[in-house]
Amino acid sequence: MSDVVVSTQGLTRRFGENTAVNNLDLEIHTGQIYGLLGPNGCGKTTTMRMLTGLLTPTSGAIEVLGRSMPEAAEPLKNEIGYMTQIFSYYRDLTVLENLRFAAEIYGIPVKSAKERIDELLHTYDLTTNIHQLSGSMSGGQRQKLALAATVMHRPKLLFLDEPTSAVDPETRRTFWEQLFDLVDQGATMIVSTHFMDEAERCHRLAILQHGVKKADGSPRQLMEDLQADVVEVEGPDLRKVKHTLDGQPKILSTAQVGSRLRVLVDKSEPLPVDMLRAKLGAFPSLSLAPQRPNLEDVFVSATRGPEQ
Amino acid sequence: MISPRRIAAVLKKELLQLRRDRMTFAMVIMIPLIQLLLFGYAINTNLRHVPVALVDQSQTELSRTLAQIVQATQVVIITEQLTTPQEAERAITESRVRAALIIPPDVSQRLVRSPSIGLGPPNATDQTSSRPIAHWIVDGSDTMVASAIKSLRTMPLTELLKQPPNRQVPTFEVTLYFNPEQRSAVNIVPGLVGVILTMTMILFTSAAIVRERERGNMEMLINTPIKSIELMVGKIIPYIFLGLIQVAIILGLGHVLFDVPINGGLGVLLVVTLLFIIASLSLGLVISTLAQNQLQSMQMTIFVLLPSILMSGFMFPFDGMPQPVQMIAQVLPATHFMDMIRGVVLRDASLYELRWGILWMIGFAAFGLLAATLRFQKRLG
Repeated sequence: MSDVVVSTQGLTRRFGENTAVNNLDLEIHTGQIYGLLGPNGCGKTTTMRMLTGLLTPTSGAIEVLGRSMPEAAEPLKNEIGYMTQIFSYYRDLTVLENLRFAAEIYGIPVKSAKERIDELLHTYDLTTNIHQLSGSMSGGQRQKLALAATVMHRPKLLFLDEPTSAVDPETRRTFWEQLFDLVDQGATMIVSTHFMDEAERCHRLAILQHGVKKADGSPRQLMEDLQADVVEVEGPDLRKVKHTLDGQPKILSTAQVGSRLRVLVDKSEPLPVDMLRAKLGAFPSLSLAPQRPNLEDVFVSATRGPEQ
Repeated sequence: MISPRRIAAVLKKELLQLRRDRMTFAMVIMIPLIQLLLFGYAINTNLRHVPVALVDQSQTELSRTLAQIVQATQVVIITEQLTTPQEAERAITESRVRAALIIPPDVSQRLVRSPSIGLGPPNATDQTSSRPIAHWIVDGSDTMVASAIKSLRTMPLTELLKQPPNRQVPTFEVTLYFNPEQRSAVNIVPGLVGVILTMTMILFTSAAIVRERERGNMEMLINTPIKSIELMVGKIIPYIFLGLIQVAIILGLGHVLFDVPINGGLGVLLVVTLLFIIASLSLGLVISTLAQNQLQSMQMTIFVLLPSILMSGFMFPFDGMPQPVQMIAQVLPATHFMDMIRGVVLRDASLYELRWGILWMIGFAAFGLLAATLRFQKRLG
């Protein structure tokens, strides 16, 4: 098998008039965490559902683990794990009961199932609440349980649909450490998210908007390739400054961050700071400084294109 | 390959959930218990004590005795004494009474000429000589009430004259099998098994699957190697046992409280009820693949439940329905079951005697299970 775990060509899915995913080409290599970054409704979940064979594409080709989808959906269930956006194990079962259920459904042999469950309880720090109903646990614990159940059968390919939207930053941190452990053990992952800090941890990212891929690459590469300069403006009357700049040529976006205004200026402008200073003559007490671009800048400039 | 282990996993999970869902568990017991008590006592097709008014325009010894004899039949009970027929009509309109007996002023003359007392031959050509002695006005909208009063039309009057009644020789001799005392409960209680099983079995299964969809569990399940048939079978097995518990409650209590006999063999009874439970469960599964949420599954259950009560022969005799309706009613498992359970419990019918119903029930269950399995796609679209 080649290094490529998932590849799609021209993947498209329409729901009536609405095109959820439009002509998407993806190539995901083994041992990567591949992020799908985009706002709600940009086609992340639809893409994942097509990649796992739950939805049939309107057009386009999908190959997963060397087999074409959705035809090979059933045989591949044993090699794929899918963690849904909303906790989808049973809230009225305990942690242990849910894990046992997963082990039985995935046909883990009875002897090794007990060991595997113990191992997972340990890895995901669930040993203290094995008899707690999963519905009564905190969001973070519940996500850990969901991950434990999802990797029960040691899938080669993991899909995680917004895994940490509902958990605190601390839990998100440990959760990602666990994902990297899984990658270390040979898993490949596709993670959808709308959090920049989460996207930044991925090996590679695709930025989606309205079902179209707007950018694709490693977070560092995306930041380096950004077709804009970042200038931070500090001083009084920032709201007025923002309104002065908004809509001006070469100003890609303005966003206030605390007491500073972050301005994206098109790369074609050779002297962005001087250009801004000229435009802001009416505000003499401002200080302007160039900044390194971050992922949010990449996201903003990638998704600011015309609406479809 | 169907995996028994996966079926067992679903079954175990279902039992665990059921154990924690106290309300559902309580309903399994309470529905048959309460409905048996209510319907066993409430439903009575032998109408008695219909409230009526009396308009006695004669006010004689004779008219008072006549009213007493009418009341002694126990079909009616006189709750009001009125003076004019107009008042009686108003009382019927206001629903204070269902009917009124109007005894005319000339009741004694009419009685003398009445052929029913047999005082000389009546003159058939003379209109006035053979008029009825009194007049009922009846709210005929309820046919059962109306026919109860109509049964009084030919009430013997000989007692009025303190004469021994003329010996009447019936045209036919009638022997009543299986329910000689004509108690409604004997017919109602076995039928209640069918109604309650229809309601609970269809509702439980359809809601059980739709609930998984509503709570998002289905999205997890379709990402696992489980097959739809494994999911379906694992889901219905616990409800088969719940159904049998309900049957035991209804027939057991029906036997103790209402003296409903259980004449048939328990083996035959088990086969018949198991088949009906499985047929109902498979119908519930089909509903679950159609309904998007629990409310819809509830509505569809009621859509099946109402004809199962009204058209199956539970309340109204199946034979009285027009042919096309009978054909529609025979689609329902409940219709066949009503006949079969009464057959086993009351008539001690054997499996061979019930073969057509049994075959039909097997066919229905197999078809339902197949349809549900095919309709249940492990896909979202």
